[in-house]
Amino acid sequence: MATFFGEVLPVFSRAVEEEEEDEDEEIRRELEGRREITIQWCTGSRASTESSLDLSFTCSTFLIAVGQNAVGFLNSFVQCSGSWEIIGAVTLWNERVKGTDTVNRQFPTDSSCLLYRLTSNPMVFGNIQKRNLEVIILSSCSVTEYKSPSSISNITVPFLRALKTSAFQETPHCPLLEQPNVISGLSAAVLSYCQVRQIPAVLYHCYSDVTTLDSLTIEAFRPLLACKSLVSFVKDTSRSAEILKQLVDMSKIQSNLYT
Amino acid sequence: METIFIPSGNCCVNLKGYTLIMPVVSVGNVGQLTVDLIISTLTLPRVGYIHSDCLLPVVGNNPYATTSENSAEICICSEVYASTDRKLAVLQIRSPIIQGKHRLFRQQLLSWIKESEFSKVVTLSSSYAYQRVDQQLIGTPLRYLATPALQTIVGDKFHTLKWKELERVAAFPGINEVEQEISIPGGGITKSFYSDRVIKTPWHRHNGRSRVLGDYCLAVASHQLSSNSADLTVR
Repeated sequence: MATFFGEVLPVFSRAVEEEEEDEDEEIRRELEGRREITIQWCTGSRASTESSLDLSFTCSTFLIAVGQNAVGFLNSFVQCSGSWEIIGAVTLWNERVKGTDTVNRQFPTDSSCLLYRLTSNPMVFGNIQKRNLEVIILSSCSVTEYKSPSSISNITVPFLRALKTSAFQETPHCPLLEQPNVISGLSAAVLSYCQVRQIPAVLYHCYSDVTTLDSLTIEAFRPLLACKSLVSFVKDTSRSAEILKQLVDMSKIQSNLYT
Repeated sequence: METIFIPSGNCCVNLKGYTLIMPVVSVGNVGQLTVDLIISTLTLPRVGYIHSDCLLPVVGNNPYATTSENSAEICICSEVYASTDRKLAVLQIRSPIIQGKHRLFRQQLLSWIKESEFSKVVTLSSSYAYQRVDQQLIGTPLRYLATPALQTIVGDKFHTLKWKELERVAAFPGINEVEQEISIPGGGITKSFYSDRVIKTPWHRHNGRSRVLGDYCLAVASHQLSSNSADLTVR
């Protein structure tokens, strides 16, 4: 499609192509074979692949943060209180990951995540038993993806919306996501899994007009601190402002070439 | 192959002898929209989920909500709804198949269809309007394609309903007009799914009577670029 300025833009239609030719099949199968997800445990330097789930830990609350702002919120407001230790890391490789450096473990990178455990209450994350488990997922995306019959100028951005599984009994701390909005990606995959396996889970999704790490977006997650499960171990958030400032400053310096 | 179907309640779901209606992700999402209309018109309750790693994950709140209470139930990318009175099961697929996983998804679906022992499967699909042959330019945009097994059961019902069978097109147009094939451009996995069923449908000879395992009919609607999706009527 050509626009008024002459540049050609790709047009997205609801057309569906037939399946790809078989000659690409072999290449695809080889690439698929090379994709891997690795879980590494810090205690005893134990490394295991996704398939050998010989460990099973009990866990009461599993917090998952997807994206910079959600991770920033956990770092500043949840992990500022109490002492947390890294107990493992999950790394993955697929065709979209840049670089194959699996030896030099500088976390976090785009294709990895760290597993933390609260030292005072060591309910371990990862390979968790499904009984008595509650999952809280945090994610964010651009407000341009939010569909609403009313004008977006009437809503204060950033704002939170929630989706919960049928097994989740607590009332979410923000309005539920209105139809016809949908969430996709990792958060959707985790929430779908929890719904299907009847695990109580809630997803808090922040719509923001800033896509990079931003203190306002991180602060938008504040209502979550009133969650029943978080209240028990997030006692002191006095350091949160300081940690938040550090996080934001770190990302600013790295991204600005001219200062 | 591990089953992709997980019941939503605590009890088992028995869909033996039911008719299954399912969409294929295709141009204009016609099949999926039709299935949405069927589910909301007949207010079918959800009986289970299709939990497959071949579909892109997507979640949202109940699209068929009628009250504020049922508005808060989440729906995932693929679910099964059913009506015991009508012996009707409806599968809804809300997201595309992950690239490279088309074959696996077809296998998973076929495996589930066989295990569930449905009596008939109706697949709803669509095709590009701009790639119609001359005969398809006139009259209704609806075409059907039935497996041989179903043809014998249904008999001349299609003729009574005045439905037209999907025309075969030349496999090598301009070069050889003799060799004909089924062509459903923009139809996603429709053609390969149909081919899987035609080749794999076995006939069983049991005590001198023949029994057909699984009968399939394909309703293919060609996508009219100017059509309003509200024109879709449920037959």
